[in-house]
Amino acid sequence: MSVAERTATRAALRPWGWAALAMAAWASLFAANELVWDRLFFDLLGWEGRVGSAVHFFLYDTGKILLLLTAVVFAAAVLRSFVSPERTRALLGGRREGLGNLAAAGLGVATPFCSCSAVPLFIGFVSAGVPLGITFSFLIASPMVNEVAVVLLWGTFGWRVAVAYLGFGLVIAVVAGWVVGRLGLERWVEPFVYQVQAAAAAEGERPSWGERFAIGRAEVRTILGRVWPFLIAAIAVGAAIHGWVPEDFFVRYAGPGNPFAVPVAVLLGIPLYSNAAGVIPLIEALAAKGLALGTVLAFTMAVVALSLPEMILLRRVLRPRLLGTFVGVVALGILGVGYLFNAIF
Amino acid sequence: MEIKILGGGCANCRALEAMAREAVAALGIEATVEEVTDYAAIASFGVMRTPALVIDGTVFLSGRVPQRDEVRRIIQGISG
Repeated sequence: MSVAERTATRAALRPWGWAALAMAAWASLFAANELVWDRLFFDLLGWEGRVGSAVHFFLYDTGKILLLLTAVVFAAAVLRSFVSPERTRALLGGRREGLGNLAAAGLGVATPFCSCSAVPLFIGFVSAGVPLGITFSFLIASPMVNEVAVVLLWGTFGWRVAVAYLGFGLVIAVVAGWVVGRLGLERWVEPFVYQVQAAAAAEGERPSWGERFAIGRAEVRTILGRVWPFLIAAIAVGAAIHGWVPEDFFVRYAGPGNPFAVPVAVLLGIPLYSNAAGVIPLIEALAAKGLALGTVLAFTMAVVALSLPEMILLRRVLRPRLLGTFVGVVALGILGVGYLFNAIF
Repeated sequence: MEIKILGGGCANCRALEAMAREAVAALGIEATVEEVTDYAAIASFGVMRTPALVIDGTVFLSGRVPQRDEVRRIIQGISG
């Protein structure tokens, strides 16, 4: 091996060395989080009353959720650096309904984009000949099956709930997109969309592993920078509920026996625009006080999948009737999942 | 040089525009910086993720807010 080759190999391996170090640091912090707070509160301070348990919940939960978020946002960003909307569009063009909806929902989860790109993506897909219903499956799946939500649900309610959320989220995206496609609503798309002469996008350069890790780090900074105030506030409210709201409060008012709990949760969730990070610590506390799991899940889905700002943006390309149909079909799907979940669990 | 920032006016787009203006000022070159918010115009560049940086008709970046010096390097590279 020449000197130049050896230098190149070393440069290629360097990001992996850092990744291994970061992983070890993360694992020790995660293990220490519970240990430290338990020792401090219960063994050293003997602080087990109402306030003590609320403060313990707050500190422990903040640590746990921040660590989980960092790991998952990083991993998701690195994985997504392999997928681009251009490639997704090429994969979806000319697909038949049904299987096409399924592929679109899957790719919607894997393709990175922020909600402010929903409109350019919509135009890019539709003008390139991707069917309307398949485009919708893509647009619904992406915010709905949110990696932050999956992790937080896993961490707070266990893997069964996380997997159910993921599965049902995909089902809603597939079915809602298919329904919109079947309804033949193409004429309710703003006409300029079909007149756009979309240029073929150039295939981007392939990033190296070092660059992919840099993308992951930047994403962690952006997401944590944006959500931490909501997260802390939500955990604080959650801690207060944890300490002071009576155990059976929600069983009495919004338990599985109340048929209106799910629709009310969905209606409350639509105008609320938050990310999963702000909602889940809150609903964790609600669920602990007896709020039924299906109701909790429906609320989460309504908050992350249907947001007012995104609808206002989409209004630029969708006429009110199509926008209304889209919201209605998705809301119905969420409602169904809520009831189904309450019946199962 | 003609610099265009494509995007629907979101916070990321404004951040990219500010970076481009800063880079132009720091490098002391002749360039116009213009914001493109019309979605049909954005699509005509083949861009599906905003914000995007277009210089003299070529898309250099899309879907992310780059590092400050990355923008400067791109602009410097083109101005020769």
